[in-house]
Amino acid sequence: MASHAPWSSDAARAIIIAKSAMPGALLPILHALQEEFGYIDRQAEPLIAGILNLSRAEVHGVVTFYHDFRDKAAGRHVLKLCRAESCQARGSEALAARAQARLGIAFGATTADGRMTLEPVYCLGLCPVSPAAMLDGKVVARLDAAGLDAMLAEAG
Amino acid sequence: MTARRLYLPADAASVAVGADDVATAIRRAAERDTRDVEIIRTGSRGLYWLEPMVEVATAEGRIAYGPVTVGDAEAVLAAAVADGGDHPLRLGKPEEIPFLKTQTRLTFARCGVVDPRSLADYRAHDGYQGLDRALTMPAGAIVEEVTQSGLRGRGGAGFPTGIKWKTVAETAADQKYIVCNADEGDSGTFADRMIMEGDPFVLIEGMTIAAIAVGATKGYIYIRSEYPHAVDAMSSAVAAAQQAGMLGSSIAGSAHAFDIELRVGAGAYVCGEETSLLDSLEGKRGVVRAKPPLPAHKGLFGRPTVINNVLSLATVPVILHKGAAFYKDFGLGRSRGTMPIQLAGNIRYPGLYETAFGVTLGELVEEIGGGTATGRPVRAVQVGGPLGAYFPRSLFDLPFDYEAFAKADGLIGHGGVVVFDDTVDMARQARFAMEFCAIESCGKCTPCRVGSTRGVEVIDRILRNESRAANTALLEDLCNTMKFGSLCALGGFTPYPVISALTHFPEDFGAAAVTDRRMKETPRVSNTIVRA
Repeated sequence: MASHAPWSSDAARAIIIAKSAMPGALLPILHALQEEFGYIDRQAEPLIAGILNLSRAEVHGVVTFYHDFRDKAAGRHVLKLCRAESCQARGSEALAARAQARLGIAFGATTADGRMTLEPVYCLGLCPVSPAAMLDGKVVARLDAAGLDAMLAEAG
Repeated sequence: MTARRLYLPADAASVAVGADDVATAIRRAAERDTRDVEIIRTGSRGLYWLEPMVEVATAEGRIAYGPVTVGDAEAVLAAAVADGGDHPLRLGKPEEIPFLKTQTRLTFARCGVVDPRSLADYRAHDGYQGLDRALTMPAGAIVEEVTQSGLRGRGGAGFPTGIKWKTVAETAADQKYIVCNADEGDSGTFADRMIMEGDPFVLIEGMTIAAIAVGATKGYIYIRSEYPHAVDAMSSAVAAAQQAGMLGSSIAGSAHAFDIELRVGAGAYVCGEETSLLDSLEGKRGVVRAKPPLPAHKGLFGRPTVINNVLSLATVPVILHKGAAFYKDFGLGRSRGTMPIQLAGNIRYPGLYETAFGVTLGELVEEIGGGTATGRPVRAVQVGGPLGAYFPRSLFDLPFDYEAFAKADGLIGHGGVVVFDDTVDMARQARFAMEFCAIESCGKCTPCRVGSTRGVEVIDRILRNESRAANTALLEDLCNTMKFGSLCALGGFTPYPVISALTHFPEDFGAAAVTDRRMKETPRVSNTIVRA
């Protein structure tokens, strides 16, 4: 999994300024910050607000509205398991239970050793090959218990 | 001697079942045996039970093999280079496979066939013929052609595309926009993703025609973040079109200027709703706007905006190329043309099935789809995504048509069909519908924001057998409130899966244990308001 730079307000400011002239710049800025640092540090909010001439509350509202934006770094690996209907029809809930049990965490949490974050996703558009998952951006489908175990083991 | 051409999808679902690994294995085997092969990564034909599907160009056309694993790669390669020779996985000509042969591919004509990164290949397969014609027509005539074709919004609302365009064309403004809604969030749908990954230039062409028709100079494609492969493919295609002068200050050397920018969503289902998508594009929370004003009058940044789904825009080129009458000839009633139907869930032959409107649900599930993948009986089919109704087998004679589905208290939505076998617990599915709405509600209107959470609680009480009859009545009442009181389809349509599950599968809610007459009647909610 890609490693991220540690938070730096100078680097963040440069990223924000580089995109600030785009119409509707906030989402592209947040994506760029998360790509660089792995999460959106709270300190980024007043910086963005100042540069885009928004209130801090508006920026905070946007950051917290979208499921993608994290307020702290994820584990070294991120496993997104699809829990939507097509995958449900192919046994995704059993896989969801298995993943939680094997990792010892609930959805949305990161293992204590920081190895893996487990997240639900509501459709990856891989429905004809359900059940599907995404491990560190890599798509995997026709998943079964053995396949899931292999993924969990592989992501060391 | 020229290299033997092999084709292998780079479609995300094919990759998810090993297409990249198969490509690598074929390349290695070819290098080792010094076979001169060229592998072209296409989109998927949409026959997903056969993915990864390898095709080879022969004198007689393409010959397919599938599903190919890494272990098969070497032998399949050897057979393929022997002019499509025999192998246990040999499927013959892909166009002759019944699942594909019986389709009418208008929107998906090129998907899985062409190299999605090659503008030249797009042109060689009738690409830009629609735009060429549009450039010779007055703007009003382009709008009229789309109106006459009968094309309706393929995102789910089914609003006539031409009427939308006409409204924008007739609204004066210093700036107009074309926005493509590529926030395909419904479970069971993947057609937008397939087009963007397999035939991205058709979307660019459709948007360009729309721009010329209404006088817009700027377009945005809003793609959900769950689709990184589609984002990549679209980015390359937009760059290639810009480089070739098919986007920019002078489209194909004409006086028209139009350019496209990609934007990526951030994991909010509600942003598939057009007004919240516009707010998201503006850099705000993806909160639904009250209408009026319509986006056609005041859309993106307050300017007149055409906002259409990927499939609607991707269908425009064929309409302009072959004419409104050609397209309109397919279909029935007020549902004209073809619909790319997506078969998913527990189904033997999952995939993309484009066909004229009118095919029945039973034909789709039992004949074309081959029943369940598990071999167990089909029990329920959800049509139209997480906001669509669950249908029992007794309604399998329903024709795929906007009005017929509305009449049966359902919707065709974006054309997703998710099949469940007899192990499904329909009360759990109903609960999930409410839960999903609670997770994804934008929070603006109370029926959706609060109603969905209360809905989960009420269903839980029914399942715990607490005042079952009273709580069932309460659930129906709550569904009516959500249906008629919500601002958009998220809160407004969540009752569809809930009420349909309760209506058609009452036994899963413990109905056999109660004698309340209400449970034996069909709880119906009127359809009049939501269709507006």
